[in-house]
Amino acid sequence: MAGAKEIRTKISSIKSTQKITSAMEMVAASKMRRAQDRMDASRPYAEKMRQVIGHVALANPEYRHPFMQAREVKCIGYIIVSSDRGLCGGLNTNLFRKMVREIHAEREAGREISYCLVGNKALGFFRRVGGNVRAQVTHLGDRPELEALIGPVKVMLDAYMEGEVDEIRLAYNLFVNTMTQKPTIEKLVPLPEGDDAEELKHHWDYIYEPDAKQVLDALLQRYMESVVYQAVVENGACEMAARMVAMKSATDNAGNIIDELQLVYNKARQAAITQEISEIVSGAAAVS
Amino acid sequence: MSMTIHVDIVSAEGRLFSGQGEMVYAPVVMGEIGIAPRHAPLVSPLKPGEVRIDPGQGREMECFYVSGGLIEVQPFKVTVLADTGVRAVDLDRAVALEAKRRAEDALANQTADMDLAKAQAELAEAVAQLRAIERLRKGK
Repeated sequence: MAGAKEIRTKISSIKSTQKITSAMEMVAASKMRRAQDRMDASRPYAEKMRQVIGHVALANPEYRHPFMQAREVKCIGYIIVSSDRGLCGGLNTNLFRKMVREIHAEREAGREISYCLVGNKALGFFRRVGGNVRAQVTHLGDRPELEALIGPVKVMLDAYMEGEVDEIRLAYNLFVNTMTQKPTIEKLVPLPEGDDAEELKHHWDYIYEPDAKQVLDALLQRYMESVVYQAVVENGACEMAARMVAMKSATDNAGNIIDELQLVYNKARQAAITQEISEIVSGAAAVS
Repeated sequence: MSMTIHVDIVSAEGRLFSGQGEMVYAPVVMGEIGIAPRHAPLVSPLKPGEVRIDPGQGREMECFYVSGGLIEVQPFKVTVLADTGVRAVDLDRAVALEAKRRAEDALANQTADMDLAKAQAELAEAVAQLRAIERLRKGK
């Protein structure tokens, strides 16, 4: 019965693993709902903000904010949003793979790369990839606060203002639905033009109250904050969704393995019994 | 059919309003402005106060309290990006009064480590909230 005992231990250990993964699945499911609510709540704001910024980028103000002037790109700053913890399927890996591909392309074009990293996973990964890490923030928790992000974002903006970085891009996972998360990289600064560029093509400008500089400064600061915050919230919802799916499949896999092992165990037990009986019978035959 | 302008009010907590209006009133830093359809493009920061939308055809005004933010005006579109926005109906008079009293206290004993600008801002906010509530009550 040596084989049978080993199999039994194996089954019970897989059963306890299954319990853990199914508990994690349920935790992720309830957290996902909350994270999704948070994301839905702030999404309209970020979307409108993007629209307004799109309009502003098309305007022709006499005061040109540095954010509105495209210059030759020698160094690109990436703000990369990732999760703090693993066990969430390919979520981070997919984003990082996309990033690495882009970084290679940019490096070949002779551009330098520097990062602002959000989340433990990005920190561990991009340290190995190489490049200048300007700022980092980890352990944002399930309820990310805007205040925690302002610092690192400001580091990037200051670098932009001082000309150390000529373009800022944001990389995060876009939440499409529970099953799909889309790794996304988008340009933040200099300002991208809005979609409705056609209808606003003619030469025009806003009336700025009280004056252009103040208004644009306030607007652009809010823009950066809201867009980065939205990315973090969205990535949080993605993380929970991905973890839920990953843990669900882990639980299912554990179930399959248990079934298979159970079959093997039964066979082993049956074989042992058969062997014992035949031993007894042949023993009895030898005696008589 | 008179001309209308599309209005969106969003705050970080969610979408508050999206619809048509004949006239929009908003408290920008220079004072209150009224925006009619075909207004020239404008961007301006908001100060604490209420944004009102006149839907026209004699329907009741829609009132929203904002604690600050930005407004963007395009000829047929107004976007209000509020820092915190509340439907004026949901405002609580007792809470607003309490906030006002606290802010006034803070102003009175400036020896406390709270700085003056912050206290003034808070007072302005509380007063604006109260004004929004008062107006709502009178309207009823």
